[in-house]
Amino acid sequence: MAKQIIKVEHLEKYYQKDHILHDINFSIDQGEVVALLGPSGSGKSTLIRCLNGLEAYQKGTITFNGKQVEPTEKYWQQVRQKIGMVFQSYDLFPNLTVLDNILLGPVKVQHQSPKVAQASAEKLLDQVGLRDYEKAYPRQLSGGQKQRIAIVRALALKPELMLFDEVTASLDPEMVRGVLNIISKLAQDANMTMIVVTHEMNFAQQIADRVLFLEDGRILEQTKGDQFFKQPQTDRARAFLESMAF
Amino acid sequence: MSSWQIIQQSLPLFEKGFVLTLWLSFIGIIGSIIVGLICSLLKYFRVPILSKIAVIYVEVSRNTPLLVQLFFLYYAFPVLGFKLNAELCGIVGLIFLGGSYMAEGFSGGFDGVSKTQVETGKAIGLSQLQLARYVVFPQGLILSVPALAANMIFLIKETSIFTVIAIPEMTNTALDLIGMYYRSNEYLLMLVIGYALILIPLSLILTILEKRVRYGSFGN
Repeated sequence: MAKQIIKVEHLEKYYQKDHILHDINFSIDQGEVVALLGPSGSGKSTLIRCLNGLEAYQKGTITFNGKQVEPTEKYWQQVRQKIGMVFQSYDLFPNLTVLDNILLGPVKVQHQSPKVAQASAEKLLDQVGLRDYEKAYPRQLSGGQKQRIAIVRALALKPELMLFDEVTASLDPEMVRGVLNIISKLAQDANMTMIVVTHEMNFAQQIADRVLFLEDGRILEQTKGDQFFKQPQTDRARAFLESMAF
Repeated sequence: MSSWQIIQQSLPLFEKGFVLTLWLSFIGIIGSIIVGLICSLLKYFRVPILSKIAVIYVEVSRNTPLLVQLFFLYYAFPVLGFKLNAELCGIVGLIFLGGSYMAEGFSGGFDGVSKTQVETGKAIGLSQLQLARYVVFPQGLILSVPALAANMIFLIKETSIFTVIAIPEMTNTALDLIGMYYRSNEYLLMLVIGYALILIPLSLILTILEKRVRYGSFGN
């Protein structure tokens, strides 16, 4: 049996009086790709952000690699080195070159030797076709290139779990494919465990081993990927897929 | 005497005032930047007690006029047993005032660094201190440059108030000369030119600097 990477039990999140997440339970095994789908405002982003401690939760537990996470900033800081996250807004650090953006985590946080870290960063840059840009500053790159660099920056820490939060939502349509291909390759070739929040249904279908369908902060269904897209269990999920013109 | 003669005759005295204004401004600005940076760091890292003191200081300093602060230093302090000479009073007063403005300038810059940048930094595992050093401060300092530049110009102009505690800076010199020779037009003109000679070049340099740093670091 595959090793369990992350397990979420009875997670509840409030934002002041608003109940954002209701009794969230799921677990993910090594190598599994989970798509987190649902209408806007259903809590997808909040949930994925809870998984690396960017949002506080009020009840429930998160277990990462068999150890229950203590909900303190200090503890999360350690855990985050093993969880890569990529955001919609890519947010490369504008004052650092591409290479320095990538090396910041490995060198300053994980204390890898700069030489070793640079060698593996360059390898990753090769894989995303941006080796020529290592000395460039973020402002010199297109949105798609920035997002690919952001993915490399997260991978440079050699994470055991990758979180993708609508990473193509702010890209021009012609840039989307390139970024999605990198994520697909990561799932297939590197067997990376990942959770993907996306509105790209074709991509989700192609990549997801399992779908968590969220609405109003509740997981309405957890279904195998191929099954979800052919035969969703709930009416709500069916309506959602129709609304996405899928 | 012709206007030209008047101007020539008082030029050496004026020069002294000019140099003193420059000198006091320079010390005042450097001191203000140091005090301001310390206060903004105390606030940023939420240092217990000290950050509260910094907040109180900023409020007191920003919400009282420099004139009153100077009177207090010059006339009330000696009663309490501290006697400072006029120039020291002026510098302390200017730093007391400027420190809070600079603190707000720095804090504004740090606060201006986008939340998503901070989250991204956290997501790659940076500690609080590393986050400050590699993400928030480099960007925040650049964001605070326009405010700091405006404060510098403001502080230089504020030195004219030193005249009330008899520091012979430029404004005081001009007022003295007017009192002695009744040639207001000439002396006021010299005064205006004196400040313009300091402030216009400085403000041009600061504008260029602002553009430089902005171009150097923005456009995520």
